[in-house]
Amino acid sequence: MIKLEHINKRFGALHVLRDVNLEIARGEVVVVIGPSGSGKSTLLRVINHLEGIDSGTIRLNGEPIYDYEKDGKRVHDPEAKVRAIRARVGMVSQRFNLFPHMSALDNVASGPIHVRGTPAAEAKAQARVLLERVGLSEKVHSFPAQLSGGQQQRVAIARALAMNPEAMLFDEVTSALDPELVGEVLRVMKALAAEGMTMAIVTHEMGFAREVADRVVMMDHGAIVEEGAPAAFFSNPTSERTKAFLQAVIRH
Amino acid sequence: MGFHWDEIPGMLPVLLHGLLITVLATIMIMIIAMVVGLPVALARISRHWFLRYPATIYVQFLRGTPVLLQLFYLYYVLPFAGIRLEPWTAGIIGMSLAYSAYLSEIYRAGIEAIDRGQTEAALSLGMSRAKIMRVVVLPQAIRIIIPPIGNILIGLFKDTSLLSVLTIRELMFEGQILASTTFRHITIFTVIAVLYLAVCWPSAAIVDRLERRLKATPQGDGPSARRSFFRFLPFFARETG
Repeated sequence: MIKLEHINKRFGALHVLRDVNLEIARGEVVVVIGPSGSGKSTLLRVINHLEGIDSGTIRLNGEPIYDYEKDGKRVHDPEAKVRAIRARVGMVSQRFNLFPHMSALDNVASGPIHVRGTPAAEAKAQARVLLERVGLSEKVHSFPAQLSGGQQQRVAIARALAMNPEAMLFDEVTSALDPELVGEVLRVMKALAAEGMTMAIVTHEMGFAREVADRVVMMDHGAIVEEGAPAAFFSNPTSERTKAFLQAVIRH
Repeated sequence: MGFHWDEIPGMLPVLLHGLLITVLATIMIMIIAMVVGLPVALARISRHWFLRYPATIYVQFLRGTPVLLQLFYLYYVLPFAGIRLEPWTAGIIGMSLAYSAYLSEIYRAGIEAIDRGQTEAALSLGMSRAKIMRVVVLPQAIRIIIPPIGNILIGLFKDTSLLSVLTIRELMFEGQILASTTFRHITIFTVIAVLYLAVCWPSAAIVDRLERRLKATPQGDGPSARRSFFRFLPFFARETG
């Protein structure tokens, strides 16, 4: 469904994505792991076009998106098309980024109202259902400042889901949370995975990765060094780099 | 010579009329400057150079020269180029332009203070840049820019005394006229000082209180805090309701 072909991305002298090839099938849950600075977050940001790419092609359902080669020239999709594609792929980030001046309900309804032009009443009715789904029916009228980190992150997930995305990208969504709040967010994500949502997840939660992933991808220095089914990946990694990383992460 | 209490009632009607003109000029200039300042600020931070460059020149030019000079130019220099403006026209245009430049810098600082993650979250949802500005960034930036705008308003109120050089009969010029005929300089200009102070002191106190309140309530801390805050700006409240 999402396909990355030979993606290269540089920040100045830093080569953050090196010839990355990755395919995420519909309904598949791909977990990306790796040390910080390995390019995992950039990988997700590139799929949402929060960062452009220098070369390669990103495909959504086979169609090239954002910028790609066409007739030997590199072309860029117009803004309106980029927006339409972004709306089809939900993204949740480490820092929640809820809109602080809106209630939980208004946050969740904001996408449908301001992107799709859905009537406010209808969007808010849907938002209520979504907030209930992430276990926050009591917090509908709360503002982000009144919610715990875990609750804020669940609102952020509901906000992304409100656009009815075909796929969801999760960028270290539990990294900024107190340990006791991690579980509630992971539960929501597991439920989503069980419902068949296509997901790309960057995380440091190895237990969660093992449990929920269809495939695990290890990145280092901007390149994919190993990928495989979680059972084999965790018990029997082939690359030395993966072995060293897993040992370092799992030890504590 | 000296201070004459007994003459104050006699000169007060004229001076109060001057104060009224000062207040009216302040309100007119502030409204125009606030309206013009916003597009200037947006152009200043635009990704398009053809918006950014002219806006930058506009702001730097108006910030880099004295308002008095700008007023002189409009009223005393332009006639040599065949453009004659009424004192009021020149005064309101001149000061509105200058203050639109000051305000645009405050708007810009407020907009740039909003975390980039807010814009990214909205981009991810598929929002357009214009929508993000209106729905996400500006409602948050307003909290930041209200106190400095209050200070600018107080500064403008005092700066309208510059309009006296264009023969506009605001408080300062009325005082000068009165003094030139009665020679009661001490009394007249002391009363004028008290009149300016009577407006500025309470205004500054209000701005200080507003600033403390905006700082004390974390953003979006309860619907009541939000409502009392947005009461000032029903235009933006609509978007978030």
